Amino acid sequence: MRKQKELIGLLALRVSILFAVISFLAILIFISIKGFKVLNIGFLLEVPKDGMTKGGIFPAIIGTLYLSIGTVIFALPLGVLSAIYLIEYAKHKGLTKTIRIGVDALAGVPSVVFGLFGLAVFVKLFNFGVSILSGALTLGIMILPVIIKASEEAILAVPKEFKEASFAVGATKWQTITKIVFPTALPGIITGTILGIGRAAGETAPILFTAVTFYQRLLPHSILDEVMALPYHIYALMTEGTASEYQVPIAYGTAVVLLGLVMSINFIAILIRIRGRRAKKW
Amino acid sequence: MVNHKIIAKNLNLWYGNSPCLKNINISIPENAVTAIMGPSGCGKSTLLRVFNRLNDLIDGTRITGEVLLDEQDIYKDMKDVFSLRKKVGMVFQKVNPFPKTIFENVVYGLKIHGWKDKAKIEKQVQKSIIDVGLWDEVKDCLHKNAFSLSGGQQQRLCIARAIAIEPEVVLFDEPCSSLDPISTAKIEQLMEELKEKYTIIIVTHNLQQAARVSDYTAFMLLGELIEFSETNQMFTTPKDKRTENYLTGKFG
Amino acid sequence: MKKNFIERLLPIFALLTWVFLFGIMLILFIEGTPIFKSVPIFRFIFGRHWYPVHEPPEFGILPLICGSLMVTVGALIIAIPFGLGCAIYLSEIANRAVREVVKPFIEMLAGVPSVVYGFFGMVLLAPMIQKIFHLSIGLTAFTASVILGVMALPTVASIAEDAISSVPKALREASFALGANQWETITRVVVPAAKSGIFAAIILGIGRAIGETMTVLMIAGCCAVITPNFFKPVRPMTATIAAEMGEAPMGSMHYHALFAIGLVLFLITIGLSLIAERFKER
Ligand SMILES: Nc1ncnc2c1ncn2[C@@H]1O[C@H](COP(=O)(O)OP(=O)(O)OP(=O)(O)O)[C@@H](O)[C@H]1O
Ligand SMILES: [Mg+2]
Repeated sequence: MRKQKELIGLLALRVSILFAVISFLAILIFISIKGFKVLNIGFLLEVPKDGMTKGGIFPAIIGTLYLSIGTVIFALPLGVLSAIYLIEYAKHKGLTKTIRIGVDALAGVPSVVFGLFGLAVFVKLFNFGVSILSGALTLGIMILPVIIKASEEAILAVPKEFKEASFAVGATKWQTITKIVFPTALPGIITGTILGIGRAAGETAPILFTAVTFYQRLLPHSILDEVMALPYHIYALMTEGTASEYQVPIAYGTAVVLLGLVMSINFIAILIRIRGRRAKKW
Repeated sequence: MVNHKIIAKNLNLWYGNSPCLKNINISIPENAVTAIMGPSGCGKSTLLRVFNRLNDLIDGTRITGEVLLDEQDIYKDMKDVFSLRKKVGMVFQKVNPFPKTIFENVVYGLKIHGWKDKAKIEKQVQKSIIDVGLWDEVKDCLHKNAFSLSGGQQQRLCIARAIAIEPEVVLFDEPCSSLDPISTAKIEQLMEELKEKYTIIIVTHNLQQAARVSDYTAFMLLGELIEFSETNQMFTTPKDKRTENYLTGKFG
Repeated sequence: MKKNFIERLLPIFALLTWVFLFGIMLILFIEGTPIFKSVPIFRFIFGRHWYPVHEPPEFGILPLICGSLMVTVGALIIAIPFGLGCAIYLSEIANRAVREVVKPFIEMLAGVPSVVYGFFGMVLLAPMIQKIFHLSIGLTAFTASVILGVMALPTVASIAEDAISSVPKALREASFALGANQWETITRVVVPAAKSGIFAAIILGIGRAIGETMTVLMIAGCCAVITPNFFKPVRPMTATIAAEMGEAPMGSMHYHALFAIGLVLFLITIGLSLIAERFKER
């Protein structure tokens, strides 16, 4: 009886993990099979044609790239500096706890709410309009917690012996942080940043009202231009327009590109983490 | 008449509310090796870290009394801890090269103290590595990661890092505790050579090591300095009963 | 110790998360509360009709709240058992090699963009469900629940795993020493010991499901009606904001009403974060 119960229980656990793995593989394989049919160089490098029924998705790829870069430029320094403060400077326990609660709370805010904030503040109040800038700032605030947490963890893992050795030769705290702590924590910070990019590149709701447009023939010229973006492109192809028999295949192609992009980003982050763990000698 | 490099007077130190050093009076002779011995937890490392003010990093430490380096009070007269630490280098118990190349490890202190001239820097790095007897072993791989060296080599690299900035005093906190006998012998020999130029203080648990390398020995117990005298004298005719007990292995 | 310019600015960077949190709340208040001038709060929240473009319009968000609740509950029915199953499997059963292979799958599952989940639901799951259950339309609360469940699974799994793997080894050994088998040890010792962390995981899973936008926008259907039937289309709050913000003229009642929904969402998720924080502390 006990034995059977155990067998069933452990089986249920295995079923759970299989469910997760299979769900992932199902999405990956299904979208890959359908998507690779329409994927070719032209699809990647051409602009959309004939009212989105032909051509490629080049502007959407570029748009997502621009948005991701802008997001990182904004969020990375803020996140790293916050983490440095939390780990190396903040003395008061209550203060650090309060800040951490804020970080967790920000991480839990729904993405569409960030979109509303971006619309009201960046698009309207600051008058950046629907633009790369507005979108990147909105996404940047959204991934800030990811970067702070990853940086905190990475900085915390720097052995105290390194810091002491640096102080012992007469380095100041800031020199120690910039020359020893930061470089040592860098792989971890990069991993976190990459995960953040992956998140930003795949998000739709925050850029829906702040950055994207359905169709654009020319590439954006400045950060105040609106852009196309891969995730929004999928949504738009599926919900707008009338020629769905032409649009759905393009959506498959876009989905495989987006999924490929985001998955390779995540994969790289995981690889860096595993390699970092192996290379670590201290 | 020996010259005294470091003099501590009525030194007390607390971690939070618990006293760790109690009324220490000690005068460290210049250009000699002074060993500090005592059972675990008696405050040896703490005393050592008073001399380069590394305890400042720990929250809640409180200090009274004075510590003089060349007649200057290191807590009051010196303009900052950084120039103090330039004069008082340290080598740690846990071998701790930076995760950088061998060259970068030695160069680190020089850069911190504003060395710019490339040729001079390279000469100084080479000189420091030669001084610790590591040159022949690493001269072809200066740009390899420091962690590719053996434990003993890493510790000698840490010594090179400490002496590159030409300190006047070098503190060693159990520098050989994680090393094999051959590496230990090398470092002991190195200390012998270094004392020509530097004042050396070494914390050690190893009585034989203290007897071998040091000219003077201090014995500490529970935060107090029990006895301080020439090493020969301490090991042959200890003045205090407690020192004798420790040396004969009755406790500790 | 003298601090340099950046060092003195650090606390400001660290407080930015709170600035953003307050900023979001403030904006939602400013842009959302004007709706309460024409629609009293009570009628806004408990009103049964959401007809924003009718003449006269009606702004009752009860159907939207019900929509959100339905898909969230549905999602939890999948995410909690499977997520906890994965967490227990990874920390109690899998050996190192298996974990290093399987864990990335769960992380990748978390990394799939929500628009791709939505797309997958639209092209594959919805038609399947339509056929299996003989429905007139496959875009239902049930469809959305399934996909949302898979999406929230990694959230539950990863936080619960942290909690479970931090249960001291000695506890398990004590249980084994008393003759308990692995299943008994898991259910009677490990899980109870990690209880509060597991609660935190579940609550954050709820937050993830409630805040998810693109997926429900694409597959929950579009009818703002109150229904107990899981096989009917529903319209969660997030989807309403995303779908209608583009059409709502700036400054109109509809515009303010959408911000007010954002405010409700924001308050719910902040509340959940704070509750989770409480549990995590224990
Ligand atoms: N950061 C700290 N905070 C509070 N107490 C400390 C701290 N560091 C050391 N102590 C306490 O001060 C006492 C002396 O510590 P210290 O490290 O100087 O001993 P030690 O003689 O070097 O011992 P060992 O031989 O084990 O290295 C110990 O009782 C220790 O618990
Ligand atoms: Mg010690």
